[in-house]
Amino acid sequence: MEKKKKIKKHQGVVGSKTANRIINILLVIGCLTIFLPLYMTIIIAFKKPSEMTNDVAGALAFPKTWNLDNFAEAMRVTDFWHSLGNSLLLTGVTVVICILFHSLAGYVIGRKMGRHGIFKISYYYIVSGMFVPFAVLMMPLVKQTAQMGIANRLGVIILYVVFFMPMNLMLYTGYLKNIPLALEEASCIDGATAWQTFWQIIFPNMKPMHATVAVLTAMSTWNDVMTPLVIMSGTGQNTLPLAQLNFQTQFGTNYNLAFASYLLALLPILVFYIICQKQIINGVVNGAVK
Amino acid sequence: MGKEKKKVREIKTWSRNDKIFLGLLAPVLVLFFCFNTLPLMKGFYYGFTNFKGYGSYDFVGLRNFQDLFQDVRVGKSYLFTFKYAVVMTILVNVISLILALGLNREIKGKNTLRGIYFVPNILGGLVVGYIFSFLFTYILPAVGEAAGIDFLKNSMLASTKTAWIAIVIVGAWQAIAMNTIIYISGLQTVPEEVYEACMLDGAAGTKKFFKITFPLIMPFFTINLVLCMKNALMVFDQIMSLTKGGPSQSTESISYLIYNNGMSGGQFGFQSANAFVFFIVIVVISFMQMKFLGGKEEQL
Repeated sequence: MEKKKKIKKHQGVVGSKTANRIINILLVIGCLTIFLPLYMTIIIAFKKPSEMTNDVAGALAFPKTWNLDNFAEAMRVTDFWHSLGNSLLLTGVTVVICILFHSLAGYVIGRKMGRHGIFKISYYYIVSGMFVPFAVLMMPLVKQTAQMGIANRLGVIILYVVFFMPMNLMLYTGYLKNIPLALEEASCIDGATAWQTFWQIIFPNMKPMHATVAVLTAMSTWNDVMTPLVIMSGTGQNTLPLAQLNFQTQFGTNYNLAFASYLLALLPILVFYIICQKQIINGVVNGAVK
Repeated sequence: MGKEKKKVREIKTWSRNDKIFLGLLAPVLVLFFCFNTLPLMKGFYYGFTNFKGYGSYDFVGLRNFQDLFQDVRVGKSYLFTFKYAVVMTILVNVISLILALGLNREIKGKNTLRGIYFVPNILGGLVVGYIFSFLFTYILPAVGEAAGIDFLKNSMLASTKTAWIAIVIVGAWQAIAMNTIIYISGLQTVPEEVYEACMLDGAAGTKKFFKITFPLIMPFFTINLVLCMKNALMVFDQIMSLTKGGPSQSTESISYLIYNNGMSGGQFGFQSANAFVFFIVIVVISFMQMKFLGGKEEQL
């Protein structure tokens, strides 16, 4: 409530009403740059190839009938449910492991950083991993995962857990400062072990950071192409984006089929965004700013 | 790991609790070492060989690194990547700052508008690239034809002069969403009183922005600059879906070149050297940015 009041007061300070109205209109018009590509995707996905003429109307006018044939065909061609399942599996497992494992790592390192040099060195060692782009590690990792027999979904999950570690470790150790030491000391006096203390006291108290980590990890995993592309290429398994890449040749010049497939690939995350918009935006901002 | 064990024995002041923590730290370090540091070192090692990705190989000393600086294709990819990253960073930051200033005002449907402008960021770069590819190949030329605009009549993606601009447009479309949201959260940290004081002093418009607002959101500017530059330097998905490096290798980014020639082009050793140099470049740029910008933040 207080925030609202403040903003109201702001109005008089920041600018006149007319200026705000003009800006408002400009911003609404600007939304077209977001909607136009999405609109085009939807329209083309519903059309038949015969309705695609060579002028602008051919691509952007409404289809004669709204039927789902293209989608059914796209699902069959790209093995949609299988790819969706893989994407969900990779993202879900990665997010869960990241939250459990990285919060523990953040606690272990964060709490002892001031006491022993080895924890401090470990912190900077892992966080500096943020500077290593995947492209740099790609080739050795392909060899390594193949040698270890994990050139598959398991390997991709392990790599994600390692790649998101620097970022997540930084977030968790940063957040640990908000959790008072007294909480742990109390549970220690009650005879709880460090392990118990973490899961019973610290982990639940890290909840806001879990949300941030979950959003950031999930978004990067869901949309990632490069890791599954190079690691799982021999397994015949696809993720949603990977399926678009691998079936590109099968779409041929049937853009309607291709766009139906693109739309299907975008749909899950769009629905998720509409439901959890606030958490997603908060998560992204928290991750970047902290 | 042996080093740590020695330390435990040396320092007697380690409490039982500390040792438990050390036990928990060990697997974290092992995992990180195995899948981050070890491959980095292996890549460095491969950089000194003529490994093709299969079969046997020999050491070639520094030859890969010497060749790297004479290789036209590698040089072109660095030029393209830097051109892309610099243009992207400037363009994205200017547009998103303007958008954020607008979206931070008292306007109708503010939250909805913010929500809409963020949508490009959640979509995967590859699929977005495919969608825009159609837009550049069919829609824009059709518009050019209908409106009689000459430079639109041919697909932007087909010409070596314009293909990179198309990639900038798609990259910016996505990156602006992210940077705008960060700028908005920055603008919200500027306290009311500053604006009030500033109005009393008679500062307004651009003067107010450059003297008051901008210095105060400097930390957010730094974040956006570093993030945007880093992401742009690693561009891959958009290249993969829009041009595959073409036409005539004019849009090969460093990541794409490493992937394309290293994984399937038989240049495993050579591209490993390239990857290592790329790593050094990223580290140097990141440090320079932080050093240069770190000292410029204003504190209230």
